Amino acid sequence: MAKPQKNFLPNAYPDPAHLRLEGLACSRGARQLFEGISQTLAPGEALALYGANGSGKTSLLRQIAGFLPVEVGTISFGDTRPPRVHFIGHADGLKNPLRVGETLAFDAALWGAPKNAIDLLPLLGLDNRGWQTVGDLSAGQRRRLALAKLCLAPRPVWLLDEPMTALDAAGQHLIDTLAGAHLAAGGILVASSHVPLGFATQTLTLGAAS
Amino acid sequence: MSVFWAICRQHAVLAWRGGHTTLAVAFLFIGVTLMPFGLGPELALLQALAPGLLWVVLIMALLTSLDRLFQADYEDGSLDQMMLMPLPLEFVVLAKLLGHYIALVLPLLLAVPLAGLLLNLAPAHLPMLLLAMLAGSPALVLLGGIGASLAVSVRRGGLLTVLLSLPFYVPVMIFGAGASRQALAGEVDETRLAILLLISLASLLAAPVAIAAALRNAVR
Repeated sequence: MAKPQKNFLPNAYPDPAHLRLEGLACSRGARQLFEGISQTLAPGEALALYGANGSGKTSLLRQIAGFLPVEVGTISFGDTRPPRVHFIGHADGLKNPLRVGETLAFDAALWGAPKNAIDLLPLLGLDNRGWQTVGDLSAGQRRRLALAKLCLAPRPVWLLDEPMTALDAAGQHLIDTLAGAHLAAGGILVASSHVPLGFATQTLTLGAAS
Repeated sequence: MSVFWAICRQHAVLAWRGGHTTLAVAFLFIGVTLMPFGLGPELALLQALAPGLLWVVLIMALLTSLDRLFQADYEDGSLDQMMLMPLPLEFVVLAKLLGHYIALVLPLLLAVPLAGLLLNLAPAHLPMLLLAMLAGSPALVLLGGIGASLAVSVRRGGLLTVLLSLPFYVPVMIFGAGASRQALAGEVDETRLAILLLISLASLLAAPVAIAAALRNAVR
C-alpha cells in the first residue's frame, strides 16, 4: 500500500486555468456525436463525463486537448495561453522495451521536470518494480505508470479518459488522491468514466438527449 | 533544450533495443556481400560500380527503418503526448529525427568502409565517399520522415512510406553517387558536395514543419 507522500503536487498552481465550453458540437464522419455542450469549470472544479460507448466522451476530451479541431462552438481556457494540459488516454504512450525506472527518468526529462522521478514509485504503488520491463507490467500497473507525468510536470488542466479502467481498489484510490490534490491546488479536471467519480463537482452525460 | 536531448536519446535507445540498428547494418552487409555473386568476381568492375552500389544499399537499409520513425508512437499513444510536450512539435520531430540519425545512419556510415572493402574499394577512395554520404544522409532521414509522417495513420503503412520517400531520394542519390564516383578518379567534387549539403540544409528547414503538420493531422 502506498504511503501518502507530501508534495507530489504543488500546493497551488501558479497558472490556474478556467475552462469554458460553449455550444460545442462534434461529428465523426456523417454521425453527429454531440451538440450544444456548454459547461464552465472554475479552478478546483472537476467534470465527470458519462455516457454509453461511442457517445463521444473521448472525442470531447480530444477536442479540449486540441487534437481534434473544433468546428462548431468554442473552447476557451481563460487567460492561460497556451493551456498547459495533460491528457491520459486509452493508449498510454509507454514504451515496452524500457524499464520502469528508465520510463520515469525519461518522463521527467521529456516533461522538463527537475524532480527525482524514481521517488514516485511508492506513490504509484510500483515499489520494487523499477527494474521490470514495461512490457511485463499488467494493464493496471501500466495505467499507474502512465499517471507519473501528472506528478512530474504540474499542469493545471488534466484530461483523463476512463482513468479507472483496469485499476484495482488501491489504484482507484490513487486516482482519487491525485485528483483531490490537483483540485485542492486549483487545477481543473475533466474525466470520462463508466463508474461514478467521487471527486467530480459537475457531471455531463453525453448521448442522453438524442 | 534538455527536453530536446531527452527525446533524441529516447528515440535512439528504442531504435537500438528494438533491433533496428542491427537489422539495418545487417541489411547493408547482406546486400554488399551478394553483389559479387550477382556481378561476377571481376575486381575492376566491382570497384567501378562500388560507389553507386554502396549508395543503393545505404538507402535500402535506411528504408527498412523508416516506418518505425513515427508508427510506433502513433500506435502506443506517444504521438498524443508529443503534441503536449513543453517544446514545439517541430522541434520534437527534429529531436526524433536526430535520434534516428544517431542510432541508424551513423552505424551504417561506420559500416561503409568495411562494406567498401568487400567491393574492392581502396582506402584512398573512402574519405570522399564518406564525405558525400555525410553531406547527403541528413536529407535522407529528413525527407524519409515526410514519407513516414504522411503514412503514419495507415495500418501497415511501411510500403506507402517507402513509395512516398523514393521520389525525394532520387536527387540525393544522383548527386551522392556522382560525387562518390569522382572519388575513384581521385578528385574532390566540390560542386556535387555543395549541392548535397544544400539539399540537406533545405530539408532541415522544410521537413520538420511538413512532418509536424502531417502528424497534427494524424492525431485527429
